[in-house]
Amino acid sequence: MSAPLLTLTDAGLYCPDGDFFIDPWQPVSRAVITHAHADHARPGSASYLSAQDGVSVLRHRLGPYAQIDALPYGDTQQIIGVRLSLHPAGHILGSAQVRVERGGEVWVVSGDYKTAPDPTCRPFEPIRCHTFVTESTFGLPIYRWPAEQEIFEQIHAFWRENQEVGLATVIFAYSLGKAQRILAGLDTSIGPIYCHGAVDSMNQRYRETGISLPPTTLVTEETHKDAFCRALILAPPSAQRSPWTRRLGDYAGGFVSGWMLIRGARRRRVVERGFVLSDHADWPGLLSSIEATGAQRVLVTHGHIVPMVQWLREKGLEAHGLQTRFEGELDEVSEESESKTNV
Amino acid sequence: MRAFATLYSRLDSTTKTNRKLGALRDYFSTAAPADAAWAVHFLVGRTLKRLINSRELQTWGAAAAGIPDWLFLECYSAVGDMAETLALLLPPPAESTPLPLHYWVEAVLARLGSLAEDEKRAALVNAWQSMDREQRLVWNKLITGGFRVGVSHKLVVRALAEAGGLPAATVAHRLMGDWTPSAEFFQQLLAKEGGTAEVSRPYPFFLAYPLEDPPESLGSITDWQCEWKWDGIRAQLLRRQGKTYLWSRGEELVTERFPEISEEAERLPEGTALDGEILAWKDGAVLPFALLQQRIGRKKLGPKILDDVPVALLTFDILEKEGQDVRAMPLSERRKYLAEILERLFLPRHILLSPMVEAASWEALAAAREGSRTRNVEGVMLKRLDSPYGVGRQRGPWWKWKINPHTVDAVLIYAQLGHGRRASLHTDYTFGVWHDGELVPFAKAYSGLTDEEIREVDRFVRNHTLERFGPVRRVEPTLVFEIAFEGIQKSTRHKSGIAVRFPRMARWRHDKKAEEADTLERLKGMIQETH
Ligand SMILES: [Zn+2]
Ligand SMILES: [Zn+2]
Repeated sequence: MSAPLLTLTDAGLYCPDGDFFIDPWQPVSRAVITHAHADHARPGSASYLSAQDGVSVLRHRLGPYAQIDALPYGDTQQIIGVRLSLHPAGHILGSAQVRVERGGEVWVVSGDYKTAPDPTCRPFEPIRCHTFVTESTFGLPIYRWPAEQEIFEQIHAFWRENQEVGLATVIFAYSLGKAQRILAGLDTSIGPIYCHGAVDSMNQRYRETGISLPPTTLVTEETHKDAFCRALILAPPSAQRSPWTRRLGDYAGGFVSGWMLIRGARRRRVVERGFVLSDHADWPGLLSSIEATGAQRVLVTHGHIVPMVQWLREKGLEAHGLQTRFEGELDEVSEESESKTNV
Repeated sequence: MRAFATLYSRLDSTTKTNRKLGALRDYFSTAAPADAAWAVHFLVGRTLKRLINSRELQTWGAAAAGIPDWLFLECYSAVGDMAETLALLLPPPAESTPLPLHYWVEAVLARLGSLAEDEKRAALVNAWQSMDREQRLVWNKLITGGFRVGVSHKLVVRALAEAGGLPAATVAHRLMGDWTPSAEFFQQLLAKEGGTAEVSRPYPFFLAYPLEDPPESLGSITDWQCEWKWDGIRAQLLRRQGKTYLWSRGEELVTERFPEISEEAERLPEGTALDGEILAWKDGAVLPFALLQQRIGRKKLGPKILDDVPVALLTFDILEKEGQDVRAMPLSERRKYLAEILERLFLPRHILLSPMVEAASWEALAAAREGSRTRNVEGVMLKRLDSPYGVGRQRGPWWKWKINPHTVDAVLIYAQLGHGRRASLHTDYTFGVWHDGELVPFAKAYSGLTDEEIREVDRFVRNHTLERFGPVRRVEPTLVFEIAFEGIQKSTRHKSGIAVRFPRMARWRHDKKAEEADTLERLKGMIQETH
């Protein structure tokens, strides 16, 4: 076999035969972006390639002057010596797996992905490949997501409970992706829905891309506190400890994240309630996706690398860890730093 | 079990006290007394003897979950709580048990200890299979003995009082001392009429808040009684119906641990309850707390330890006199009664009157307080002369005015995952000070930082780990913290040669480099200052 299709460099995951990087963490000449979250899409590169659906949200992160090319899901582009295509990852709007092929050898980089249903983005498609680079944010068997329906019932019940005692309901969730997924699942007959500015600007991008979301109102300084006592307000996690919440009057807060499955993590957020809804695949989701690719070699990034690698090896696969700078374990942190840039 | 599991998740899914109170009240008003009794037992923090060791639990849990042991341990280290790890890993439930809590506790849990290993395992696996997710979590909490759900003793008492339409003080009193969870117990707990007050039952302790404002804010010193704040074991001594009971504040009956005190107590008049502090006491002076601790640690009390570390109960209050509850009387009256009773003991050696600190002004008191360390006391207590003996911790009538702690600047060298609500963060730290160009560990601390700071330290730990030993990480020695502690003394059991008491992080010294941290020599110097 010749040199590997992708190698890890100081700037990120690099494809020598195509001379491009995937989600580089330093500025490069050509960057292929799996999705617009802060730890994957960093500013400063000369040109970017994104799935068509993701251009609008990526533009929001990179600013008006970034050079962004679009590629529809499934279309193939020849880049020097390799054929490249992007395929839905089911993570957020426009999230893509990157398929790279050279002389019949196929590598797929998953980016972040989930297998649970989400009406605001195209579902994850397993792609056959020889080498699969997978994330492992929730790569331990303790992580098994409850059904979405159950979670939405919990959120609705919480909302009604708070209405009864005249409290506003504030749902803290990642402003890009998670917030829109929640919005799309809410029962709008319960009460009005308000959004923090960071969430609102992402909603606009989603709507521009053709995703339908229920009507929402932006929280402004002029909005009177009384407006909130029956309302549900969507805000980024960083807003929880900011003076912004003072605008809302008395409220009960809920935090939406896969980490909320663990009681300790829930306690630490100091919110009234935790709701288990994640943008990432759970343990069964990771394993079934890896299996569906048919890959003989799996490179694991992002999260619980060591146990995942060992588990796959015990199942007879060739597996290695890949030390990237994607912040799997600290997802909450990256989510926060992202929402700050958007406020 | 269903109702109890629901109670648990209602308590666990809210941070609002009112919602917790509501959940408890609902439960106590509707649950069968035999179940409610066990619920009270667990909620006030009583446990059953540990019936399964953690190795057994790990192995059987991993097998039931269908994963290898190493992966089970990875999961445990991510979750930080055995009961929860198990609940998360077991295969999806098929059933939900209709059997009541008292059945599961009395017929299964309590019998586990007497079973052979394979029977024990079968019983456990059967329990898991019979339960739904919520029930499993609670059940696992019961078998691991770590039943904590953010409910204070006070809140349980309040909920019981509301459910039974009784004064909280009545419920608190009925919950003291020794009782067995049973339907009868619960019915008596909420009974309108007094029932048969048990002879051994102590009164709830009255506790003081720390004084934060200057003492001048309390008005004239002539309205106050000042005492030394002893550093020992708070205890209540009862003499009733010809028997003696010595209760620690942890509601442990310690009569046998302190034979000197119980022997002398036989000379107390019938129907007496005294409040005081057990201290290691020799030649009219208090010995360091560590010695008392050593004595408590002994399984058997041989003549040598009784000789080396004799004890005394320094009494400062009387709650019952000639069988009458005198807690409502003013402190000044109670003090007179107390002095009279002790005088009649005739040359007591182990039940003594805690002396007052005589001071004509707040300045004089402050000066006396400065001498606390040389006397091995923690400061002074201020009690209003007209104060009744209350229940629990209250602001106003009693204050503790402690001396400022010792502090040193030390470097973070090891970090470990926390427990309970901090289970997935590194919150337990070991700190070192300099000695011969090396950092010598001298104290462990896990409190004093804000949640924000804890997260920041956790991030640092994860990114600057030099070595890992299971859950413990050795980190780059760069972060400096001011460590505060109460007492310090020589120790042969610690590598540093010293032991400190109640160490905690006073603040994060962002302004200091590791090289600027304190030395072991400075710490050793503090021992001299103390004695
Ligand atoms: Zn992402
Ligand atoms: Zn990511």
